[in-house]
Amino acid sequence: MKHDRKEKNRRKSTILFLAAAVLILAAVTAAGIILEGTATETDFSRTNLAPGTGGLFGTDWMGRDMFARTLAGLSLSIRIGILTAAVSAVIALLAGTAAATLGRRADAVISWCIDLVMGIPHILLVMLISIACGRGFAGVVAGVALSHWPSLARVIRGEVIQLRQAPYILVAEKLGVSKFQNVRRHMIPHLLPQFLTGLILLFPHAILHEASVTFLGFGLSSEQPAIGVILSESMQYLTTGRWWLALFPGLALVLAVILFAVLGERLRQLMDPSSVHE
Amino acid sequence: MEPILEIEHMSVYFTQYERGIRRRVLPVIRDLTLSVEAGQIVAVVGASGSGKSLLAHGILGILPYNSHMEGEIRYAGEPLPRERSAELRGKEIVLIPQGVNYLDPLMKVGAQLRKGSRDEKVRERTSRALRRYGLSEETEEMYPFELSGGMARRVLIASAVTGIPRLIIADEPTPGLDVRAAKRILGHFRELADEGAGILFITHDLEQALTVADQVAVFYAGETIEVASAADFSDVENLRHPFTRAIWRAMPEHGFHPVSGTQPYPGSRETGCSFAGQCSASTETCRETDLIPLRECCGGMVRCLHPGKEASL
Amino acid sequence: MRLEARDITFHYPGRKKKPVLKKFSIAIESGERVGLRAPSGRGKTTLCRLLAGYEKPQKGQVLLDGRPLAGYRGACPVQMVWQHPETVVDPLLRLKDTLAEAGEIELELTEKLHIEEGWLERFPTELSGGELQRFCLARALHSGTRFLLCDEISAMLDLVTQAQIWDLLLKESEKRDLGLLVVSHNEALMERVCTRVVDLPWDNS
Repeated sequence: MKHDRKEKNRRKSTILFLAAAVLILAAVTAAGIILEGTATETDFSRTNLAPGTGGLFGTDWMGRDMFARTLAGLSLSIRIGILTAAVSAVIALLAGTAAATLGRRADAVISWCIDLVMGIPHILLVMLISIACGRGFAGVVAGVALSHWPSLARVIRGEVIQLRQAPYILVAEKLGVSKFQNVRRHMIPHLLPQFLTGLILLFPHAILHEASVTFLGFGLSSEQPAIGVILSESMQYLTTGRWWLALFPGLALVLAVILFAVLGERLRQLMDPSSVHE
Repeated sequence: MEPILEIEHMSVYFTQYERGIRRRVLPVIRDLTLSVEAGQIVAVVGASGSGKSLLAHGILGILPYNSHMEGEIRYAGEPLPRERSAELRGKEIVLIPQGVNYLDPLMKVGAQLRKGSRDEKVRERTSRALRRYGLSEETEEMYPFELSGGMARRVLIASAVTGIPRLIIADEPTPGLDVRAAKRILGHFRELADEGAGILFITHDLEQALTVADQVAVFYAGETIEVASAADFSDVENLRHPFTRAIWRAMPEHGFHPVSGTQPYPGSRETGCSFAGQCSASTETCRETDLIPLRECCGGMVRCLHPGKEASL
Repeated sequence: MRLEARDITFHYPGRKKKPVLKKFSIAIESGERVGLRAPSGRGKTTLCRLLAGYEKPQKGQVLLDGRPLAGYRGACPVQMVWQHPETVVDPLLRLKDTLAEAGEIELELTEKLHIEEGWLERFPTELSGGELQRFCLARALHSGTRFLLCDEISAMLDLVTQAQIWDLLLKESEKRDLGLLVVSHNEALMERVCTRVVDLPWDNS
C-alpha cells in the first residue's frame, strides 16, 4: 500500500503479553514448589531481619525467609486457584447446559439454585462449606469451587438458549445435520471462548477468597505457608514496625490477581471474532 | 448553485487481521467523487459491499478506528474535518439510518427525539415533526418495539427534521417496506429537498432511486463509475458505463437480463477497470490501465475507456 | 409432488387472540412457481416458516405428498431461503464448511451462482449480503430439494445480482421440476417469475 502508517500491531502485543503472563505465573508456581522446604525452615539466629540484611523480603520472628514464604504461598494460592476455578467452571458448564436443554422444570430448579448461591455472600458460603468439609486443603477447595460457579453458569445458560434458536442451527438441522454434529460444529465453537474467558476470570476470585478464608482461620492450616496464613500471622507484628511481613506477601497476591484478571480480559478480546477489525 | 457537499478523490482504507497476527490494508473506497446541491436528491446506487454505507460514515466522521480516509470532503464550500462533522452532525448534517435498530429499545420515542431535553420549545418541535409524518401524540409514548416497520421509518425521518438540516444522508431507508409505504417515505424526501436541503440517498434499489432522485451516482467495487441525471435512465442509449447499462437491463421490466460474474472483492483487484471481469466490451487496455479517471461525458461523468459500449447480455 | 398447507391456524406464543394465519390453505405442485403477495407484517415469512417446518401450526397440517413434513428423515425436501443471509450462516465457520452441510454440492451449481473459489475460505463477515445469499441458495438447492420457499430473497440485493439469481432459479426449477413459493414486494419481478400469484387474506380476525 502507498501509505506507511507505523501503527502497533495490537494482536501481536496481546499475544506477547499473554505469553509473558503465563510464563511469569508458571515460574512463580514452580519456584514456590521448589522453595517449599526453605519456606518452613526456621533459623533463630536470623529472626526479624528487615529486607536487605535478611534476604530480599526479610525474615520473620522464627527466622524464616520471607521471600521463600511469599513464593511458596503464592504458588499454593495459584494451584488452589486453578483447581477450584476448573471445578467451578465444569459445574457451571454442566448446570448451564442442563438448564438450557432439559426443559422448563430443570431450568427453574437450576436457576433457583443459581439465585440462591449468588444471594449468599461469597465469603460466608466459602467459610460454611469449608468448615463443613473439615477445613484444610479439601475444605478450602470445596468451599471455593462450590460457591463460584453461578455467574458463569448463568452466562452459559443464556448462550445455549440463544444458540438453540439461532437460525443457522435451525437451517443446519433442516439440511439433515445430526444433533451431535450440530453441537460439535455450531455450539462448542461459540461456547468455548465464553467458557475459557469465564474460567480464567474465575482465578482471581478463587485466589482472593481462598486467601481471605485462610486469613480468617477457616481455611488452610497454619503450618502451610499460604498467603492467608502469612498475612494473619503478621497482623500481630505489624504494630511493632515489622512492615515487611505483610507488605510483600500482600503485594504479591494483589499482583497475581491483577495479572490473571488482565489475562482473562485480553484473551476475551483475542477470541472475539470481531477483533479482526482492531 | 453552490454545492452543499463536495467529495473529491475520497479513498477509505481498512486495516484488518488475517489469520493470526498478519495484517493487511484493504482499500474499500477508491477515488470517489460526488457532489450534492441544495434542493437536490442524489442517489448513490450500488451492490452491497460496494462501499455505500462507508461513504455515509465518512461524511459523518464515524468511520471505525481501524480505517483511514484520504481525499477531500467540503461542506458548504469549506473543508469538513472529523471535528467539524462531529459538531454539525445531528444538527445541520443528519443521518436517516436503515431501521429500528438505530433507536434505543429502552427509551420512549418522544424522549429519544427530544434527546433528553425538557425544554418546552424542544417538546413542541418534536411533536410537530412527528405530526408532520402522520404520527400522533401517542407515538411519543411508545417504545420502539411497538412501532411497525413503516412507523419506525417515519420516526427516524422525524428525528432527522426536528432541527433544520441542510444535508440529509439516508442510508437504505426503505428495505422491507411494501411499495406503497416506500413511496410515501420517498415522497417525504422530495418535500425535504424542496424545502432546501441536499439529500444523499443511499440505496441498492435503482428503481426506487429513479422515482425521486435528480442525480444518480452508480457505485461499483468502491468507485463511482457513473454520475447521470435521473432522466438519462429513461433510455438505455443515454447511459454511459457498461455496468449502468447492465443494471438497467437487469430491471424486471427491462428484460431481467443477468450479466455473468460478480463484483470483485476489495484488495483482490489488481490493475485496470474493476468492471473489466464482467464486461464484454473490455479490452487489453481496460485491464491494464491503472486508475481510470472519472471524466465528463455527455452531460454526466463516467469512469470508462469506452463509454457507451454494451456489457455482455 | 405436492406441498400443501391444510387449514392451518397459527399464533405466536401468548398471542392467541391475534393469530397470524387463520384456517389458511395453499398447495404448490412440482414445477409451479407461486407468488405470494401481501403488505408488510401480514405473515408471509411466518407462512414460509410453517411450510418449511420451522414452526408448527396450532391447527391444521403441512403435508408433502400427503405425509406430514416431520416424517421425512435426513435432508428436508422443502428448503427455505431467507431474506437476510447473514443470519443463517454460522459466523465462526468458513463458508466452505457451511456449504458442506448440504452434502455434495455440484461444482456446476456453484459456478452458475458465480461463487468464486476464494470466497470458500472466507468467514461470513468478510462477504457482502449478495455474496452470502449465493451460498444460501447453493445450500438450499442440494440434490434432494423438491420445493424452495423464497422469502424476499432478493429484496436486499442490487439489480444485477437479483437478475442473476432469478435467472438461475428459473432454469434450475425447470430442469429439476422444483416447486417455488416466491414472496416479494416487487410486482414486476413476480410477473416475470411466477406461474400464478396468491394473495394472503387480509382479514385475519
